[in-house]
Amino acid sequence: MALDPVLQSINIPQDEEGPVFDEPWQAQAFAMTVKLNEGGQFSWSEWAEVFGAEIAADTVSGQGVGNAAYYQCWLSALEKIVDQKALLTPEQLSARKAEWREASEHTPHGQPIEIRKSSK
Amino acid sequence: MAAKHKHGDPLPETVLRVKSLESLLIEKGLVEAEALDALIDRYENKVGPRNGAKVVARAWVDAAYRERLLKDATSAVAEFGFTGAQGEELVAVENTDNIHNVVVCTLCSCYPWPVLGLPPVWYKSAPYRARVVREPRKVLEEFGTQLPQSQEVRVWDSTAETRYLVIPKRPEGTEGLDEGALAELVNRDSMIGTREADSPATVEGV
Repeated sequence: MALDPVLQSINIPQDEEGPVFDEPWQAQAFAMTVKLNEGGQFSWSEWAEVFGAEIAADTVSGQGVGNAAYYQCWLSALEKIVDQKALLTPEQLSARKAEWREASEHTPHGQPIEIRKSSK
Repeated sequence: MAAKHKHGDPLPETVLRVKSLESLLIEKGLVEAEALDALIDRYENKVGPRNGAKVVARAWVDAAYRERLLKDATSAVAEFGFTGAQGEELVAVENTDNIHNVVVCTLCSCYPWPVLGLPPVWYKSAPYRARVVREPRKVLEEFGTQLPQSQEVRVWDSTAETRYLVIPKRPEGTEGLDEGALAELVNRDSMIGTREADSPATVEGV
């Protein structure tokens, strides 16, 4: 997969074929970021600033920067940038997270986990 | 027939955070679900399914390995160096003339990544998750898999702790093939149970 040259400069873990992910959530976080950028919600330089700060903080606190830690930083940066750009508030995210947790704990086995779509 | 156990444990915090972002951004129209899936879809065949195919091919040719795999799949796949990121248990279920196994998960994160890579988009879709439990034969037919009525269908529902790997039946006419050639016949969907392994004729014909 040919990455956007600017995205390439962010030095995402990848091999000759493109980005490498250990787990689905990492690919999801990556894909959301790419699509928000494509949609004009933020530029790559804005992203690099927020993400770079997460990586720097992580490095200071002694965490490794392996794939998992890398995408933990990515996810934290994504949560921050959607707040900075007034796309979503931390309150919305935390309320939604509680709903997903509730749904995952209480969904009868064999039923798809879904949550109410009322709280926009 | 769904396995009788509960999704008692909450999803990992990280998965909850990603799902929250994803569902809110989609609802607000800031990203499209289809566009996200299309992007993620590019990676799904890259790493994973070949690992699982090697495991299945080994089980077809090596009876002792097959025994180990059915007894403790987590350890058996670790012999290949395939280990889970979060230590979840892997269970191998074997298709026979009498039993066909198919795997579902009520959530996209429950998938044996170390052997199958990222889950395909349809595996994560609500219709598949709901219907394969209710009407598995019909769903399998839509994948082009016709099963005789005499064959029992077992649906395994993955959880955060337990993932399933289907060992498809070894196709007819493969007696002369070696392990490497057999692995080529093991398609991803056959290890989820929605299809059968490819026959040698199909593969040559492509």
